[in-house]
Amino acid sequence: MEAHAAQAPVAPPRARQLRLPGVGAGLGRGVVVLYLSVIVLLPIAALANQAFSEGLAHFWSQVTSPAAKSSLELILACSLIVVAINAFFGTVVAWLLVRDNFPGKSLVNAIIDLPFALPTIVASLILIELWGNKSPIGIDIALSRTAIVVALCFVTLPFVVRAVQPLLIEMDRDMEEAAASLGAGGFTVFRRIIFPNLLPGLAAGVALAFARALGEYGSVLIFAGGTKNTTVASILIGQQIEQGNETGAAAISVVLLAMALVVLVLITLIQRWGSRHERAQGAGAGGLGLAVTAPPAPQEDDERE
Amino acid sequence: MGISVDGANKSFGDFQALDDVSIEVPDGSLTALLGPSGSGKSTLLRAIAGLETLDAGRVLIDGEDVSKKPTQKREVGFVFQHYAAFKHMTVYENVGFGLKIRKWKKEKIRARVDELLNLVQLPGLADRYPSQLSGGQRQRMALARALAVQPQVLLLDEPFGALDAKVRKDLRTWLRNLHEEMNVTTIFVTHDQEEAMDVAGQLVVMNQGRVEQSGSADDLYDKPANEFVMSFVGEVNRLGDDFVRPHDIEIVRDRDDSTEEAMVQRIVALGFEIRVELMLADGTEVWAQLTRGELQRLELREGQIAYLRPVHAKSFNGSPPSNPRGASTPHGSPDGGDAGITAAA
Repeated sequence: MEAHAAQAPVAPPRARQLRLPGVGAGLGRGVVVLYLSVIVLLPIAALANQAFSEGLAHFWSQVTSPAAKSSLELILACSLIVVAINAFFGTVVAWLLVRDNFPGKSLVNAIIDLPFALPTIVASLILIELWGNKSPIGIDIALSRTAIVVALCFVTLPFVVRAVQPLLIEMDRDMEEAAASLGAGGFTVFRRIIFPNLLPGLAAGVALAFARALGEYGSVLIFAGGTKNTTVASILIGQQIEQGNETGAAAISVVLLAMALVVLVLITLIQRWGSRHERAQGAGAGGLGLAVTAPPAPQEDDERE
Repeated sequence: MGISVDGANKSFGDFQALDDVSIEVPDGSLTALLGPSGSGKSTLLRAIAGLETLDAGRVLIDGEDVSKKPTQKREVGFVFQHYAAFKHMTVYENVGFGLKIRKWKKEKIRARVDELLNLVQLPGLADRYPSQLSGGQRQRMALARALAVQPQVLLLDEPFGALDAKVRKDLRTWLRNLHEEMNVTTIFVTHDQEEAMDVAGQLVVMNQGRVEQSGSADDLYDKPANEFVMSFVGEVNRLGDDFVRPHDIEIVRDRDDSTEEAMVQRIVALGFEIRVELMLADGTEVWAQLTRGELQRLELREGQIAYLRPVHAKSFNGSPPSNPRGASTPHGSPDGGDAGITAAA
């Protein structure tokens, strides 16, 4: 702080720029753009091309068919429910892992990532063992819509926990004590001090969880099945490919992609708002390193083009 | 509102942070808790605020036992070393936080925040975020935030510790003036004896979880209760069992019964002050503080023999330090490194 202690306002430090070691900025950017194009942008373009290959009218009829509509509505509804549940429980889990001390804490911390690391097909088998028709606790939810929600909750929990955890660890406890000394009770401290500082991380975790939920295939396929009531968009896409309707599969994929993009943009806006004080300074936001993390400083926006 | 702490004890695991501490802070006073790091001064301050719970003992504010009250009900203003700014809020929202919690009306909050920002000399910065302020500005904002709710007492935990020397000095003067104006009972923690003497009317010297002595700056300097206090509040030489301050060593050119022979090792000119390092016949190293004029009059040279006469020497043999552990490290004070007894050769 020594350098900041002078009475004059502090000049905002320049945001970090992309500099690969030994490579000029121009070449570094070129490499990144090329890689992103090959891995991400070109395949997406090819998908869109396939989806619209038989014209706009055909695309529209494919995505508005009763099966497509119901599958998209179903996955959208389930995903929203799931991220709402995990936004809450993910934060609670992160809170306990950071602020609480209980026996087996490090074990719990280690297995949080399990749903993420596990092949989703294995996840669905685990869920069937517990909640299927051979359920040891007598609750059979397999092949129901509840099963979709449970499966998605299972696979997306780590996203929120791991996004919130580092922010909780780094949070300045002095802020909470200062708020308490000013008369704030526990809930007020959480609402006005802790939560606003967790918001960027929570938003990032929710965004990733939502995107993952939209496209989740393996765990839903086995546990919830492709019954009339439980065919979500990803399963419908699989069915259409099997039936040789590649254009239809691509069309639904494009809609999923669009939904994911809309959410990512929304979340980025929330994050920018939630970390506006950091942009004011020009410091890095959140420090999560996630794609959806807000850019560090407004004056550096041109860096991303 | 006067503050008393009565028989406070607090341990963190094996470490005893507070060992039967009792202090009295008169209403309206400005008191410094002074001590090296680990002396328990911050723990004591935090216990008064309710940020630490005592293992035993009581805290009384204005005669009322608040030991069981949570922080948010104690009506204390607390200022942290690292500002504890609410970084997601503007300066305005920071200062108005306590008022908003008390459900003040918007216009009243606006008026009070404006008044406080003027008081701490930050007018016009209401819409900035803390990250856009300098350290000194952040600390003044934190002070305004603490004062906004009109606390019964103001507690400052090393408030200037993170600031550079120049800003520190300015803020000291400013805090003293502010206290005269507001007259709210204030306790501040510091490890810097000069800062404590500059700002506070009453000092409480702490060491290893205990109170060594309390009193005015003059009391502590002229009548230290033990060698810890003597060496913590100023520079000290040790001559056998006696302790003497460097400016209380007289250097004369002729020997008599009251002098000791010494060799001048080194003469260091520090502006107006001259530091003369000497070695006695038995190998003891001492240093004396002279003025430039005195040095010229004595015509001292390095390598020369001179005669010392200690005046106002103190001996603590009759009254050992209250803390027996303190006796084994008589010169020890991690933060007061320059308060050592012998001069570096």
